Amino acid sequence: MGAAIGRHWPRFGLDRAGQIFLALVVGAAVLVPILNLMVAETSALYMPTYLVSLLGKYLCYGLLAVSVDLIWGYCGILSLGHGAFFALGGYAMGMHLMRQIGDRGVYGHAILPDFMVFLNWQELPWYWMGFDNFAFAMIMVVLVPGALAFLFGWFAFRSRVTGVYLSIITQAMTFALMLAFFRNDTGFGGNNGLTDFKDILGFNLQADTTRVALFVASALALALGFLLCRVIVASKLGRVLVAIRDAESRVRFLGYRVERYKLFVFCVSAMLAGVAGALYVPQVGIINPSEFAPPVSIEIVIWVAIGGRGSLYGAALGGILVNFAKSYFTGALPEAWLYILGAMFIATTLFLPKGLVGTVPIWGGARGRRQAATDHG
Amino acid sequence: MAETAPRLPLDEPVPAEAADTVLYLDGVSVSFDGFKALNALSLLVLAGEMSAVIGPNGAGKTTMMDVISGKTRPDRGRALFKGDIDLTKLDEAAIAELGIGRKFQKPTVFEHQSVFENLELALKADRGVLAALRFRLSAAQRARIDAVLETVALGDARRRPAGALSHGQKQWLEIGMLLMQDPELLLVDEPVAGMTDAETEQTAVLLREIAETHSVLVVEHDMEFVRALDTKVTVLHEGAVLAHGGMDVVQNDPRVIEVYLGR
Repeated sequence: MGAAIGRHWPRFGLDRAGQIFLALVVGAAVLVPILNLMVAETSALYMPTYLVSLLGKYLCYGLLAVSVDLIWGYCGILSLGHGAFFALGGYAMGMHLMRQIGDRGVYGHAILPDFMVFLNWQELPWYWMGFDNFAFAMIMVVLVPGALAFLFGWFAFRSRVTGVYLSIITQAMTFALMLAFFRNDTGFGGNNGLTDFKDILGFNLQADTTRVALFVASALALALGFLLCRVIVASKLGRVLVAIRDAESRVRFLGYRVERYKLFVFCVSAMLAGVAGALYVPQVGIINPSEFAPPVSIEIVIWVAIGGRGSLYGAALGGILVNFAKSYFTGALPEAWLYILGAMFIATTLFLPKGLVGTVPIWGGARGRRQAATDHG
Repeated sequence: MAETAPRLPLDEPVPAEAADTVLYLDGVSVSFDGFKALNALSLLVLAGEMSAVIGPNGAGKTTMMDVISGKTRPDRGRALFKGDIDLTKLDEAAIAELGIGRKFQKPTVFEHQSVFENLELALKADRGVLAALRFRLSAAQRARIDAVLETVALGDARRRPAGALSHGQKQWLEIGMLLMQDPELLLVDEPVAGMTDAETEQTAVLLREIAETHSVLVVEHDMEFVRALDTKVTVLHEGAVLAHGGMDVVQNDPRVIEVYLGR
């Protein structure tokens, strides 16, 4: 048994640092429920529920950062519009949660969400059909971001749009979506977005147990998303991606269809971002068009850069830690936060080209690099 | 792959000159903003032979390589591979899959990956995305990589990142990557640029060895190196063929002397 597991680990190409990261995430999925549900509220070890949801939110950001690192760190595709895929996954989940409200809304309409009643709409738009079904909504969580990524990538990669030009059109993409979602006519709640959710799968969203379950789901999603990306980057496919990052035209002359590789990994990344968004929404209780705003997407890239580009766990840690810092500083020094974020980004770029994980030898130092350069398999 | 390659239309017979050629350029013209980089260039490479193309800077050598490998589409003319496949209709990946490998003027290897991984990436195998995801190196493929590592004298450097190699070693690694593709035709662009004399000599030996089993088209402007290749030479000038023949004949051709030394 032990030997069988041992043989399977190399498929993930997990080094020591990756194993530690995975253990931390899975450990949190076990420990947090205990600290919240089983420890008395008076105990010093008790973890309040708001903190559980806050940590759950960070884990979603961690998964989002992993998805960006997969394409940016390993394939050189700098997406400055990944917030769009995150938001689309979030909206798919939000639409399901809206339908779950049923007649408990302010206007008490059995089918239409409050904002549609307010707009005097008579019936549900066709694209809201099916979202009352949880399984359908979950499929849409990955399918909608995946389809948009496919369409976008199909045109962009076939036309060989690369580098800064690609980054700019990803910004344009998320900006266009933001404008569309801001409109009341589009049918997604306009600038208020979707909110006032009541329950998920019949469980009250305000209940401690539901919050803990969402946290655990987020931790597992991060762990599985991380492993999926590991499988990809540890395979020959991953080595082709790195080759594309470093010398794209050379890869073409070796006979690889670069656009197909990019399209594949871009779609996988968008779907992971969608999952992250879907888990984020019930934990923060709202999704609105501001998630599509271009600065949001740029911030994601900053998390990845600060955490450590091209190591997956570094990106996840960046997503978690930067947002932890954001929560702290927007409370303690609200005006200073953007300056602090900018300073961290500049300092990372100047002094830590490998990000935070590059500073710890075991996480990304000489040893990891030597391992990466050996012949595998 | 070859089935989907566009063959010549039936009413357009394979040119008689194209028989037994692995590559036949037929009146290829390329212009950039009015500048004629190639001017009705016709040239052929016989199957199983090594050919050398020389010419001063700006003669159109690299543009010719770009046309053959699909990087540049010509304004006019055809590039026929094995007599009846028109390369001007295909893109880089399709041409590479047909069996044409290219070595660039500036050595282009994947610097962050090991020498071994560079060769593995070039290894002839299914180029599909999912095939790459499932790919496992077989014992035979591993042996093949080992053999090529020996050929290009990089056996001891197999685990080193390609970016840490010397300039000459990078050139050899790239030739090794060509060999891994197992192409029918190797396009080799200025293989000895920036090499020491000893490295240049070794490279000539290596290319002669490769030419025993492959068709090779070498582009170079180092006359001494081309002499060491011991093969027929085509001189390019202003996008067209100026002279063709053995090195001794070509070197004594007054027009060639004028192009190289005059003006």
